[in-house]
Amino acid sequence: MASKRPIRWHIGVFLAPAVLVYTAIMIVPLFGTLNLSLYNLDGQNRIFVGLTNFVTLFGDPRWSDAFWNALWNNCWFFIIHMLVQNPIGILLAALLSSPRLRMAAFYRTAIFIPTILSFVIVGFVWKLILSPIWGIAPGMLDAVGLKFLFAPWLGKEEYALTTLALISVWQFVGIPMMLIYAALLSIPDDVIEAAEMDGLTGWSQFWKIKLPLILPSIGIISILTFVGNFNAFDLIYVAQGALAGPDFSTDILGTFLYRTFFGFQLQLGDPYMGSAIATAMFGIILLGVCIYLFGIQTRLRRYQF
Amino acid sequence: MANTRSHTGRSIAAHAILLTYTLIALFPVFVIVINSFKSRRAIFAEPLMPPMPGNWDLVGYTTVLEQGDFFQYFLNSMTVTVASLFFVLLFGAMAAFALSEYRFRGNLLMGLYLALGIMIPIRLGTVAILEMMVSAGLVNTLTALVLVYTAQGLPLAVFILSEFMRTVSDDLKNAGRIDGLSEYRIFFTLVLPLVRPAMATVAVFTMIPIWNDLWFPLILAPSEETKTITLGSQVFIGQFVTNWNAVLAALSLAIVPVLVLYLIFSRQLIRGITAGAVK
Repeated sequence: MASKRPIRWHIGVFLAPAVLVYTAIMIVPLFGTLNLSLYNLDGQNRIFVGLTNFVTLFGDPRWSDAFWNALWNNCWFFIIHMLVQNPIGILLAALLSSPRLRMAAFYRTAIFIPTILSFVIVGFVWKLILSPIWGIAPGMLDAVGLKFLFAPWLGKEEYALTTLALISVWQFVGIPMMLIYAALLSIPDDVIEAAEMDGLTGWSQFWKIKLPLILPSIGIISILTFVGNFNAFDLIYVAQGALAGPDFSTDILGTFLYRTFFGFQLQLGDPYMGSAIATAMFGIILLGVCIYLFGIQTRLRRYQF
Repeated sequence: MANTRSHTGRSIAAHAILLTYTLIALFPVFVIVINSFKSRRAIFAEPLMPPMPGNWDLVGYTTVLEQGDFFQYFLNSMTVTVASLFFVLLFGAMAAFALSEYRFRGNLLMGLYLALGIMIPIRLGTVAILEMMVSAGLVNTLTALVLVYTAQGLPLAVFILSEFMRTVSDDLKNAGRIDGLSEYRIFFTLVLPLVRPAMATVAVFTMIPIWNDLWFPLILAPSEETKTITLGSQVFIGQFVTNWNAVLAALSLAIVPVLVLYLIFSRQLIRGITAGAVK
């Protein structure tokens, strides 16, 4: 009796364009890069070298010093984001979502504006503001009598990376703010009312009721920050150039990959070592995402309303 | 009484914090824009003074419009952004509809496969993408950029839109089917108009990184004819690094288009996010 169901061609038609473009431009090249990292040049020919490129990258001092430096810098970049960007984002969102707050739409839009600016603008503006010769910062500090606090923050090895991380925080704080704000707004009113009945208001209400409810959103923001940070390149490139000065102190994995693959000044580009670095970055990001998905996300308690 | 007073106090504190942060957020933008209208001497002498008759000077803008190919760059950015946005929204919505509407074998796997791209940045494939574009003869064309950005934008678009499409009522779609509409008509005439807020959310999140991207234009399309405005202003800054007026004017001009697009979409954006698109 049961006649065979007709093939539903429309499903294929709906899916095909997205799957084709995505597979061809994203997945295939990704695996192409992973594959390329196993090859190297032998004089003229491309030969299979197995994991030799990685041994070189992690062990040979000519490469490994730069790699571990970039990796550590990248970790520091991420730590600053987690410690500064996300708490500020949560604080702003909590303030914005308080009921009867006037001008909330204005604040929301204004604080989000840096996020839509291009890195070229952001890097350039902050270089102008912080420049010891031209900059506005020395003059402003002078006006309030704090001139002695000023240092050429972008030019000193010990401050440059932290300064860039804070600039990046300044630019992207709008994203955690927006997502947490949305999560806070979606908490049902009766939960809040019940808390108020029990005498919980203000900050204690935030800590005891709202924060546990938005933990899953904070988790998502953390992982998005992680992926974004370990993929960062543009800000460092526009502010400090491909050499990530001073003396590689702001070098992160993205700029290291760019320099290796495309070459800079006297060094020729090396697609094989470049692929090896990209593969290492892929591994790091995958590791981070897995730790989050299996170690953290499964332990977060979710509440359904 | 005490209660209302503490409430007022708290609201003043909230405004103070928000206002302070707003100032921090807007200050650099403000500095660029006011100084772009001033004479060179006024920029250096009093960077914080607003433009007024004494120091008013449009020399920066005239330099930019005469010397750089700014209009061309702007057009390139516009073309790339609009074309990529169109394909991301169309293909993304189609795939999201297939995933949320029909039950078929491999549905869940396909969803996971497409969502993988949210976590893994497309940049890591750059090496192979460049090789592919070279062999396809697409280097230094805007097509290469559109292809890359479409692939880059699709995962998030499919993810957000399919969450949204699950909320479109089945009765509506079934009524359409009884009236004899094809599945394609149902998608284009019934479902698409209903998910407009979600489309706006996707549009903002897709548009910003495309408009501001420096990496792929630098690698795939650095020629003079295909430069985007982001790459163009980077080069412009390098070439005219001593001409502060021109640089500040160029930066101000580069802020305007994306700001306008953001303001257009932003109302829908909050509605889209809060309706559960990103959770």
